[in-house]
Amino acid sequence: MSGAILILGATSAIARGAAAAWAQRGHRLYLAGRDVESLRRDAADLAIRYGVAVHFGAFDAAAHDTHAAFLQRVTDEMGELEGVLLAFGYLGSQAKAAGDFREALAIINRNFVDAVSILNLCADQLEQRGRGFIAGIASVAGDRGRQSNYTYGAAKGAFALYLQGLRNRLFPAGVRVLTIKPGFVDTAMTWGMPGLFLVASPIDVGARIVTAVERGRDVIYVPWFWRYIMLIIRSIPERLFKRLKL
Amino acid sequence: MNTLNKDIAGWGRYPVQRCELVRPERHAELWSEAPSLLARGQGRSYGDAALNEGGRVVLTERVNRFLAFDREQGIVRAEAGVTLAELLALTVPRGWFPLVTPGTRHVSLGGCVAADVHGKNHHHDGAFSSSVRELELITAGGRRLRCSAQENAAAFQATVGGMGLTGIIGEVELQLQPIESGYIRARHQAAAHLEELFRLLQESDGDARYSVAWVDLMSRGAALGRGVVMNGDHAARDELSGGRRLTPLRLPPARVRNIPCNMPGWLLNGLSIRAFNAQYYRREGSRSGSFLLDYDTFFYPLDTLANWNRLYGRRGFVQYQCVVPTATALEAMRQLLQRLADSGHPAFLGVLKRMGPAGAAYLSFPMEGYTLAMDLPMKGAATLALLDAFDSVVLQHGGRVYLAKDARLAPASFRAMYPQFAEWQRVRRELDPHGVFSSSLSRRLGMEEQA
Repeated sequence: MSGAILILGATSAIARGAAAAWAQRGHRLYLAGRDVESLRRDAADLAIRYGVAVHFGAFDAAAHDTHAAFLQRVTDEMGELEGVLLAFGYLGSQAKAAGDFREALAIINRNFVDAVSILNLCADQLEQRGRGFIAGIASVAGDRGRQSNYTYGAAKGAFALYLQGLRNRLFPAGVRVLTIKPGFVDTAMTWGMPGLFLVASPIDVGARIVTAVERGRDVIYVPWFWRYIMLIIRSIPERLFKRLKL
Repeated sequence: MNTLNKDIAGWGRYPVQRCELVRPERHAELWSEAPSLLARGQGRSYGDAALNEGGRVVLTERVNRFLAFDREQGIVRAEAGVTLAELLALTVPRGWFPLVTPGTRHVSLGGCVAADVHGKNHHHDGAFSSSVRELELITAGGRRLRCSAQENAAAFQATVGGMGLTGIIGEVELQLQPIESGYIRARHQAAAHLEELFRLLQESDGDARYSVAWVDLMSRGAALGRGVVMNGDHAARDELSGGRRLTPLRLPPARVRNIPCNMPGWLLNGLSIRAFNAQYYRREGSRSGSFLLDYDTFFYPLDTLANWNRLYGRRGFVQYQCVVPTATALEAMRQLLQRLADSGHPAFLGVLKRMGPAGAAYLSFPMEGYTLAMDLPMKGAATLALLDAFDSVVLQHGGRVYLAKDARLAPASFRAMYPQFAEWQRVRRELDPHGVFSSSLSRRLGMEEQA
């Protein structure tokens, strides 16, 4: 029996892809999110297709003071965790966030503050145990600020920095930390967006995450060529970049 | 919810229409507020049944979760976006097989229900609906209605074969049949002409569970309607030998080749089809005795060629499938094949099957008799005129055309072919008084107008 994995924000398409890949390898899963009815369906599907035990429960990312009790409940049900995938996030609207601070705050909270709250607790538990992993979904948007999504980009970029620090802290304890930076993935978030190219399926992205965890990778871009797209975008000098319409 | 305006088509790739696509990731998002809604599974109906020009099309492909699987009783419940391919991958290794399967695995359960599809065993087991224990129908306003042959029976009989026009099918619960192996014991018999083909189909009826005939649509004169009858039964474990016997439910993975892009329109012409058919007739007709095939090869031969609809080129093709009552079926089929021969129109795949008694669903296609399906490359007015001529033959013999394949039937012909339309419409009005659910097919056939 392989170890238990907690998936936060489990109803996202990428999380579903990763859950399928882990279940196929025989891992027990705990699916957490807001929409419990959808979690129930996902759990049933994974258990039927792959014959593994899949638990699920409500998790409110914004209710930070409930996180410790939540994690306790998960460990009570599943035993010690092998790892955690953090897949929740909120794209929001940059146009709205520019004029409405509540939207900006919602974007920053969901993508960064809420993530820090629950991962701090997970990190302590895994550090004590002395093995396991934490995987977090950041974004290529966090690699450079652009006018079209800089609030989201700032929050995801902060999250990526946080994961980097966590990786450094947990290394001696033998806990691996993986930062995932997806480019265009074919999900509800990107459906109908103009100007997309080489869009990856969330099933493939999920499978890539699972192999990256197994190989102990630090940072992955999915699909892989986004590493080079972002390399180019990061290398454009700022005095030029600020004039671009991106 | 994000929307995507896109030109889409059915499997025949005629017609092509602009629709507003949404693709929910979850069951809870299947319903959305829109002036016109239609669910679409894998888009394997041929014409405009899964199109909604200018309206919203709800793609159900991601709403595909298994919800329950009783391995003792062979009962499976799933969201309607689950495909038969996914179902088979789950249930065959555990010794269960769908009671009814159409000629491709790449169809959603919702689509199977909406078209009340049939298989090679209709004369034994009826249409898909006979294996449906229960449905969940999401009606206008997002209300969820459980229905079955017992509970909300009118809604059930209007939804089965109802072409998605009563609502969105959310969940399907199926009764499966037990199998001992994933293999089929098959037997082929060549028939030199149509009459012999009918005779062989009738004879094999009693002993074979599955029965279908391939028809050479390019045959002429005395050989008109020649073909090969293909019978099959699930093989028992002790009919297998060697490694197959040890793992009778495990099959080697099927090799799939892909047609990567549109082929030129002239590829499938009279000459190339005639050459293929002659070779196919000789090879398949001369296989003697019985032989074992894995279920994929027997039920889904075309699935080994992904995107085979591209063979017909950019203009696409139409499939004409009709059923005619037994009494004059031979005469009707002879007339259809003769008209086809006289027209000189190329036609590729021809399939003839026996059908058993009709079910209780108002718009379900099958009726006791014989059904013929023909694939014709779309050549514009010439093709459409030929198919109108086919309609008059079918009507004259009291038959009907299959809506899941249709792209061009006239409203008056439709009403004459489906005598229970008025009753269906009454039930549909109760379920959807404001006519939210509609499709290009329903508007073309005048299904929105008072019967």
